[in-house]
Amino acid sequence: MNINEESLKKLAHLARLDFDASASEKMAKDLSGILDWVEQLNEVDTEGVKPLTNMSQEINAYREDVVGNHLEREKGLKNAPDQDGEFFRVPKVLD
Amino acid sequence: MTMLDPEVSAKYEIVVGLEIHCQLLTNTKIYAADANRFGEAPNTNISPITLGHPGTLPKLNKKVVDYAIKMGLACGCEISRENSFERKNYFYPDLPKGYQLTQDKAPICVGGGLEVLPKGAAEKVYVPLNRIHFEEDAGKSIHSETEDVTLVDLNRAGTPLIEIVTEPAIHSAAEAGAFLTDVRQIVRYLEICDGNMEEGSMRCDANISVRKYGAPLGKKTEVKNMNSIRNVQRAIDHEVERQIILIEAGEEVISETRTFDANTGTTAAMRTKEELNDYRYFPDPDLSPLFVSEEWIEGIRTEMPPLPADLVQKFTQEYGLPAYDAGVLTETKEMALFFDAVCQQTQNRKAASNWMMGPIKSFLNEQGGDIKNFSLSVDQFVGLIELVDAGKVNFSIASKEIFPRLVADKAATAESIAKAQNLLQDSSEDTIRPIAEAVLAEMPDKVTAFKKGKKGLIGMFIGQVVKKSGGKADPKKAGAILQELLA
Repeated sequence: MNINEESLKKLAHLARLDFDASASEKMAKDLSGILDWVEQLNEVDTEGVKPLTNMSQEINAYREDVVGNHLEREKGLKNAPDQDGEFFRVPKVLD
Repeated sequence: MTMLDPEVSAKYEIVVGLEIHCQLLTNTKIYAADANRFGEAPNTNISPITLGHPGTLPKLNKKVVDYAIKMGLACGCEISRENSFERKNYFYPDLPKGYQLTQDKAPICVGGGLEVLPKGAAEKVYVPLNRIHFEEDAGKSIHSETEDVTLVDLNRAGTPLIEIVTEPAIHSAAEAGAFLTDVRQIVRYLEICDGNMEEGSMRCDANISVRKYGAPLGKKTEVKNMNSIRNVQRAIDHEVERQIILIEAGEEVISETRTFDANTGTTAAMRTKEELNDYRYFPDPDLSPLFVSEEWIEGIRTEMPPLPADLVQKFTQEYGLPAYDAGVLTETKEMALFFDAVCQQTQNRKAASNWMMGPIKSFLNEQGGDIKNFSLSVDQFVGLIELVDAGKVNFSIASKEIFPRLVADKAATAESIAKAQNLLQDSSEDTIRPIAEAVLAEMPDKVTAFKKGKKGLIGMFIGQVVKKSGGKADPKKAGAILQELLA
């Protein structure tokens, strides 16, 4: 499957990835290669096999509605690039 | 905006679908054990899971499933036995993981619908549902006025939501309003959401399009930011008019997200993103599969409270009340259940209903109180109705003199108050006859007029007798004696 320039740009935008224009050809080639490799799965006959959505053997691993430990705000904010002791601060976004 | 000719708009069919988000009243978040509480200091209800830190794993809150099933049963949905969880991928600072955990392929509730009565309509309409699924809310962004920053509070991130999605089968603003009103009433009856649109615990987006009758579906716009049921209706009215004017002018409706401005009652396009959203849904590998058993569903079915529609039916058919009364009495579950308890002890349901809609409702309104903490007991209330029915006091005395004292004293009965205040009607012939004679003697002109045919004066005579007796004379008895004296 061939990844063209346009789909590459779209993917990069959706993933918020920025890369040099000179790298795009190699990037497209690598992505195409990955898709080709995965596409081999299509060779397997899956007629009558239920779709597998999860690798876990566990089912219904839910919890009861009981309040547990909270992270202290100071710790929660600690690793943020910018914060004011109360809020995370990010470059202004407006929808 | 140009006024639209009603003849032109009559050619168009309105097609609306609603997406309603309800914040669930659970103790904790949907995938983490942080407290789910509104109005706390920013970033205090957080955990590594909520912050989306690497290596953390979500774990589903069972209550969320219970609540979603409750709503599904109330709306006649099919409950899915096998559920799936999907990731909806997009970047926004209030979404720490970079994806929202939601249900896409196999939502918890499928189909169903509600019969609603639009305001002013003679007949109910059926609004079919597409689905109800659960998902997590995002955090809150506060865009600074003074600086070039956005402040992010993640307390709300991970708050459990159910999203109720209708089919595009709503055909007027009034239908949308009636549907939303019913949904709000049901979530409150079920006690799964407080249904407060002003505070955002219930939110509604509307997908709106128009088409000429019989034509294929038109291009739709998604309108957001309506914080009341009334504003949803205003937004639909405005958007329909805007779209019809565009089409009539030979222009095209653009598929886009628009925001409603409550001050002007209009909608405006939100800044379009460079590229259309592509959420790239895929199954979430972190949450284990959820299977809902028959027993689980049946357990919830037995916990279901009576729903507004059931109570309206009971009140009209079993108790013989007018539909109007039934509607008012079932506005809140507390009111309806209190009334129903009263009806177990009295046959005079219409009197009970009049008391509820009259003195009790105005008392609660004046006190700013809620029937939940209403001090009048069912027994006290029934005693009050019986006292009037027995002709021992009239309704006016009962509501003005006895009711306020009864509400203030848990130990009192209507009868004990009537006695203590000397309010019991005295219907004995011996008491009333002299008063009636005195009244007639004072008004010879009126008596003559009555005898000449102005029979309507009897009411005035009765009023005078009741007044003179200090409200204690039974009007019926007084009437009978007066008729006799005037004969």
